[in-house]
Amino acid sequence: MTLILTAEDMPRVASPLARAATAIRRNPTIFIGAALLVALIAMTLAAPWIAGDPFRQAPIDRLRSPSERFWFGTDQFGRDVFARTVYGARVSLIVGLSVAAVSSLIGLAIGLVCGYFRRIDGVIMRVMDGIMAIPSILLAIALITLTRPGLGIVIAAIIIPEVPRIVRVVRSVVLSIRAQPYIESAIAGGTRNTKLLARHILPNTLAPLIVQATYVCASAMLIEAGLSFLGAGVPPEIPSWGNIIAQGRTFFQIAPWSIFIPGGFLAVTVLAVNMLGDGLRDRLDPRLARRM
Amino acid sequence: MTLLEVRDLRTQFFTADGVVRAVDGVSFDLSPGETLGIVGESGCGKSVTALSILRLIAPETGRIVGGSIRFDGRDLATLSNEEMRELRGHKIAMIFQEPMTSLNPVLTIGTQIAESVVRHMRVSWRSARDRAREMLELVRIADPAQRLAEYPHQLSGGMRQRVMIAIALCCNPRVLIADEPTTALDVTIQAQILDLMLELKEKLGTAIILITHDLGVVAETCERVIVMYAGRMVEQAPAAALFARPLHPYTRGLLRALPRADADGDPAGGRPRLMEIPGIVPALTRPLPGCAFVPRCSFAVERCHATSPALMEAEASHLVACWEASRVAEAAT
Repeated sequence: MTLILTAEDMPRVASPLARAATAIRRNPTIFIGAALLVALIAMTLAAPWIAGDPFRQAPIDRLRSPSERFWFGTDQFGRDVFARTVYGARVSLIVGLSVAAVSSLIGLAIGLVCGYFRRIDGVIMRVMDGIMAIPSILLAIALITLTRPGLGIVIAAIIIPEVPRIVRVVRSVVLSIRAQPYIESAIAGGTRNTKLLARHILPNTLAPLIVQATYVCASAMLIEAGLSFLGAGVPPEIPSWGNIIAQGRTFFQIAPWSIFIPGGFLAVTVLAVNMLGDGLRDRLDPRLARRM
Repeated sequence: MTLLEVRDLRTQFFTADGVVRAVDGVSFDLSPGETLGIVGESGCGKSVTALSILRLIAPETGRIVGGSIRFDGRDLATLSNEEMRELRGHKIAMIFQEPMTSLNPVLTIGTQIAESVVRHMRVSWRSARDRAREMLELVRIADPAQRLAEYPHQLSGGMRQRVMIAIALCCNPRVLIADEPTTALDVTIQAQILDLMLELKEKLGTAIILITHDLGVVAETCERVIVMYAGRMVEQAPAAALFARPLHPYTRGLLRALPRADADGDPAGGRPRLMEIPGIVPALTRPLPGCAFVPRCSFAVERCHATSPALMEAEASHLVACWEASRVAEAAT
């Protein structure tokens, strides 16, 4: 704690650009995470223009090392690893975002009900504990054996065990909000249950929910890659990062790029999502935000 | 004419240690426009009485086990939950002790006031907003139009309590229950808030039940006072009579624990020592056979240990539950 105030500590009227710069300096994690994700999303959207055909096989170009023509080299079928990685990002993002969105919505609904209506809380939470105990990989294998492999099945298989994680967070927030005097005050003012939930409790759960959703998003991407690597994920003909790594495994010693590049992308993406989540947690928690 | 009639109210909580008789046979009447004070130490059943009137006792922990509460001729126990919700905040409003946490941090002041107006007066949001601005003016918050758009954290404690009062009074309630409305505030703000409540009472004709442990506040504001001890009413009297001639040793003890500006000092020029009441409030799970105040009472005689005194009219409109009330009265003068 310095006792002398410098010009920097003084509030001043700043241009939007300077304000943005201050915000970034105060909370760089959020900015780095968001910037990486925006870049990744832009890359997947621009895939048809920046990358070649990820399916085109060219036996003559098998296992080429990275060069001007093939930025990330080629795999054992002569397919462009760059194109496959770029298209693979689509799978990861779709899985991550849809799992985060759907499990948040389901988890939010169940969590609100559990936290607010205490009578059914015990039953639902024991069911949630049971679901949480199911490993997503086994569940995915079981689901895929029962049906045809596809992206939807993988997403569903990841959503099911992720829902209880959201439910727990939402429920605990609801429990603590319920005990707040302003809820008692609202009840004393004659507010109905539905209104109390929607207007007074729900908005308070959003900040922790958003943060938890980013962690679910990151973990969904990792699980999807793991499932694909094991052959229980998206069908092998679809270029996903897990599939690329799985297929490159056999030629790891002569063509390490087909493992390291999608693996690196996966690591950076998960890191970016987690950084965004950490940054949001600091930003959305009023106690932590005030300190900055 | 009686607006609110409470008869032999009994509220109990069911805990692992046994049944807690939080409110044990409380009866009182409230007339329109009257200010009634309920005083007592922490845990004597003041707040539970208030919550019982609004049927706000959480059913998982406690229940009203006996007695009746009639409001405007209707027995509140017979109302459905929905009818009760209609009543809360509309005909009977409540202000809580904690202005810092009694407002929802994620909603603007305007929304929180207007919500109650929309709920109970069935008007449009637009006119509810107008009403909210009007109420903020009424509770004397400067720049009301701008305050409507602000969040609770932008307001000071005193201003928040003003907002709470605005919310409570926005639907013109017949009864306002104020549960320690000034406890969390600075002394200077306390006086402002009390003055404001009394002024609005005059203006709107609302009856007030003021729950407090501060006898000074009671002396300033209330017409009639109920003193509670261990869930029971021990004394009820017009405020002037109670302060002049307390008839229950507990009331006497409370008054003697209070510094007085008009007290005569001793000849040496010092002030008389403040007297505390020895001991603590007994556990409500194991009621004594006799009077609950016996262990702390200097007037106690044989009879006090054996049987509990009923509330009786010792003097005109001055009720007391004490066998030795006449001795207490003599000692006070």
